[in-house]
Amino acid sequence: MDDKSTHRPEFFNDSLSSVFGVTEVPLTLWEKIYSLEFIRKTFILIFLAAIWEIYARYLDNPLLFPTFSSTVAAFGDAILYGGLLEKVLYSLKILLIGYLAGLVIATILTVAAITTQIGNDFLETLTSMFNPLPAIALLPLALIWFGLGYGSIIFVLIHAVLWPVALNTHSGFLSVSPTLRMVGKNYGLSNFGYVAKILIPAGFPSILSGLKIGWAFAWRTLIAAELVFGVSSGSGGLGWFIYENKNLLEIPNVFAGLFTVILIGLAVENIIFKTIEKKTIRKWGMQN
Amino acid sequence: MSDSPILQVRDVTLQYKTKDYLVTATYRVNFDTYSSDRFVLLGPSGCGKSSLLKAIGGFIFPVEGSILLKGTQITQPGPDRVMVFQEFDQLLPWKTVKENIVFALESSGKLGKNEAQEKALYYIEKVNLTKFANNYPHTLSGGMKQRVAIARGMAMEPEIILMDEPFAALDALTRRNMQDELLRLWDETRFTIMFVTHSISEALRIGNRILLLSPHPGRVKAEINSDGTDPIDPINGKRVSENIHEMLFNKDETNPELING
Repeated sequence: MDDKSTHRPEFFNDSLSSVFGVTEVPLTLWEKIYSLEFIRKTFILIFLAAIWEIYARYLDNPLLFPTFSSTVAAFGDAILYGGLLEKVLYSLKILLIGYLAGLVIATILTVAAITTQIGNDFLETLTSMFNPLPAIALLPLALIWFGLGYGSIIFVLIHAVLWPVALNTHSGFLSVSPTLRMVGKNYGLSNFGYVAKILIPAGFPSILSGLKIGWAFAWRTLIAAELVFGVSSGSGGLGWFIYENKNLLEIPNVFAGLFTVILIGLAVENIIFKTIEKKTIRKWGMQN
Repeated sequence: MSDSPILQVRDVTLQYKTKDYLVTATYRVNFDTYSSDRFVLLGPSGCGKSSLLKAIGGFIFPVEGSILLKGTQITQPGPDRVMVFQEFDQLLPWKTVKENIVFALESSGKLGKNEAQEKALYYIEKVNLTKFANNYPHTLSGGMKQRVAIARGMAMEPEIILMDEPFAALDALTRRNMQDELLRLWDETRFTIMFVTHSISEALRIGNRILLLSPHPGRVKAEINSDGTDPIDPINGKRVSENIHEMLFNKDETNPELING
């Protein structure tokens, strides 16, 4: 040890200047483009559409699998002449009513769960009972209770939205760190103020993913419910549009209907939820 | 220093339950804290110093004895006793530096909107973070976050600021700077501090009065004064820090954790 430190000379770099020159180099154009999520995702979509087009042309059976271009054409026609837009709006209206009603009930249940032990047990029991139950399985029952029309669909939509949102919100609340809880209590927050000012923002990453899952479940349930309803009710939304065109063997239109569902899903995810994400949890450094 | 203590801890026994045991954290602890004290609770892990601080904060309650703030029993958490924690996540990540302080002042009903803004900026300047007033906490370093937490505590102008190892998660250099900064702030405003630490050197630097707690359960071993230096005891010729170390541990039982920091 001593030997080593006496036999090795010490070294000082006196010529080291504080100016190093270039430590920052601008990214190349390609690196900049590649860093844009929007560009990358658009590229993926184009790629998928191309595969679709190529496979459908190869198959050459428009009755089973129409090409991407004919689907887009059918989509355009359906919007211009087939009343697709009205059907979309009709579906979206019901969807929003069911979604919002589900959120309100989920909020009430979770706040009860976080404030009382019995509310907590109640929510846990209910979610474990009903979350695995497919909403569409309740449709026959809903038809008997609420008849044909809005009521039944909204009932199954609430069921589809309520449990995943409540489950995620609840786990979001539970994940709030003890330190933040104590900070809230320290500054005199209680009850509603505590939930609104500490628990909801602190648990927001979970809450937001609950909102997304709830939205997706609502969409699925709605389309499925409309498909079933289509048989009996005769008026309706997007699901009915798909069902009707299947009966008429207008397969490009069926694809156009599905295409619409996908487009709306993409738009909601990439515009609405992304914006919320950017303005909240990303800005706050709670998600990277 | 005023004549009557601001905080009186009388025969306080604290217990908490784990899954299998009822643990006694402190046993019949007594001490008084006066206005403008820098009162340090010092002891190894398991001496109940953090539990004591939480009890003063009103988050847990003694099974025996009483804690009086200005003669009144503590029954719940309140903005007259602000806690500063070790964890960096004590700042609300969805609020900027300034908003974090404004939030504290408004939520506690202490100040209206405009006054809260003014006071927040005043204390942000005190901790030299004016440039970062509109930053979100995740863009700050650990030391800066702790400074914001301290500024938030000071802005509340509480009876006492309760600090639970606020510098323990910082690197050694930053920790040293923060200790100096805390003393400078204290020099300017003379607020009352209750400071928990397990570092003897930190206790000697920060405190004017140090309560030594022995572990399992926490009992008062000694209560000593400090002038910030680590003088040599004229009686046995050892440094005070060495004496403290011997008081808290058997001579042969070394605990490097306590000497460092």
